[in-house]
Amino acid sequence: MKTPITYLENIGTYFIMIKDIFRRPTKWSVMKPLILKDIDDLIIGSLGIVAFISFFVGGVVAIQTSLNMTSPIMPKYLVGFATRQSIILEFAPTFISIIMAGKVGSFITSSIGTMRVTEQIDALEVMGINGINYLVFPKFIALTLYPFVISIAMFLGILGGLIACVYGGYGTMEDYIEGVQLDFEPFHFIYAFIKTFVFAFLLATIPSYYGYFMKGGALEVGKASTTSFVWTSVMIILVNFLLTSLLLG
Amino acid sequence: MIEVKDIHKSFGDAHILKGITTSFEKGKTNLIIGQSGSGKTVFLKCLLGLFEYEEGSISYEGKNFSNLTRDEKTNLRAEMGMVFQGSALFDSMTIAENVMFPLRMFTKQSKSEMEDRVNEVLQRVNLENAHNKMPSEASGGMQKRVAIARAIVNRPKYLFCDEPNSGLDPRTAIVIDNLIQEITDEFNITTVINTHDMNSVMEIGEKIVFLKDGLLEWEGSSETIFRTENEAVTNFVYSSELFRKVRKMYLEEND
Repeated sequence: MKTPITYLENIGTYFIMIKDIFRRPTKWSVMKPLILKDIDDLIIGSLGIVAFISFFVGGVVAIQTSLNMTSPIMPKYLVGFATRQSIILEFAPTFISIIMAGKVGSFITSSIGTMRVTEQIDALEVMGINGINYLVFPKFIALTLYPFVISIAMFLGILGGLIACVYGGYGTMEDYIEGVQLDFEPFHFIYAFIKTFVFAFLLATIPSYYGYFMKGGALEVGKASTTSFVWTSVMIILVNFLLTSLLLG
Repeated sequence: MIEVKDIHKSFGDAHILKGITTSFEKGKTNLIIGQSGSGKTVFLKCLLGLFEYEEGSISYEGKNFSNLTRDEKTNLRAEMGMVFQGSALFDSMTIAENVMFPLRMFTKQSKSEMEDRVNEVLQRVNLENAHNKMPSEASGGMQKRVAIARAIVNRPKYLFCDEPNSGLDPRTAIVIDNLIQEITDEFNITTVINTHDMNSVMEIGEKIVFLKDGLLEWEGSSETIFRTENEAVTNFVYSSELFRKVRKMYLEEND
């Protein structure tokens, strides 16, 4: 059974791990291919699902907004405005990050956890290699490109809204584009990308923690992946609330 | 030479190692044997510095491991080779890349120098045609040989093996034993092997340490183990009829 002391111990271990990510760095000639591989696995490999979800959720947001605007005095351009605000402020940074906690987070936990189970991490440590730097640092660097994924999600979400709105007969292209351009606040982008960077850090470190410090066998790898998804999602939601209160409140 | 003095190690309330004192000499194959749960793997992991112990000391050539700085520990570990029970090959790398890994991490050799060395050690373990295979494509015996190649590629002073014969057929197990023995003699390294395999005990055990319930119960060699009257050792080593007969024959021939 987990006691408050266990939770405190886990939090302490997590912060020590973060310090160790930057300690005793691995040779650049070894690290470079690891970073490129993680960019491929974590960033490029996620573009398809992110594009698909963003496009269709953008469409759904536009349709829902349009259907709920029953009053004739409400201007039609509000569909574009509401879609833009939903996508930029919350859907792209937060909702996509929760999806990434499932996709990328589970991948990180299970790949590092399998290395732990098969003693590959012990092999690194016996060789005198800082296993945390070797395994987590490339993921951390790869996920600094995460805002690029979120930019694509923003663009495709708004595009999906436009296509659903125009081709579904919910409004004209001119109204939608006018709404998208209405009262544009550049700080909203800054807010969204600040959140994205923080979420990227959580996405790289929390699943790595659950993989690196897992104990047991194959069954525990599965359990660690699930726990990692739950805690990454919880932390994303909590940090989202905190950042929104601080930056927009 | 590795000197161990009064090592104690606990996990919570479980006192696993209860004060082990022994030494492992250079150029010899040193075996740690004992029943499951006797503390062999914990002891080996303490030797490797993977577990921290509460009391006692482990010295490598007179240098206490616990007193070393982080850099000194890293340098010492670069002189260690380890063959894990499950081989622990990096499954995202080919066999050649696995063997080259310690060279890439710890040396400044050119790529061609590293490739030459990898060819040399893969030839040494009879795997000259397996460079581009992935570990998942290799048999258990091949994986063990790759693990040995990786362990010796950087010319270590110390070689540690955790159950190198587990899961192997008797013929392959003998090949692995002979390989470890030859490498120990050839490079004059300190080899410590954790094993259950009684063939290994009798074939390559130049020094044997028998653990029981976290204590050093007996130590000797593959010759003295035939003559020991220690009940715990005889119950463990000669638990099968075959080994009782081997012992009887040995004693008849040598007395």
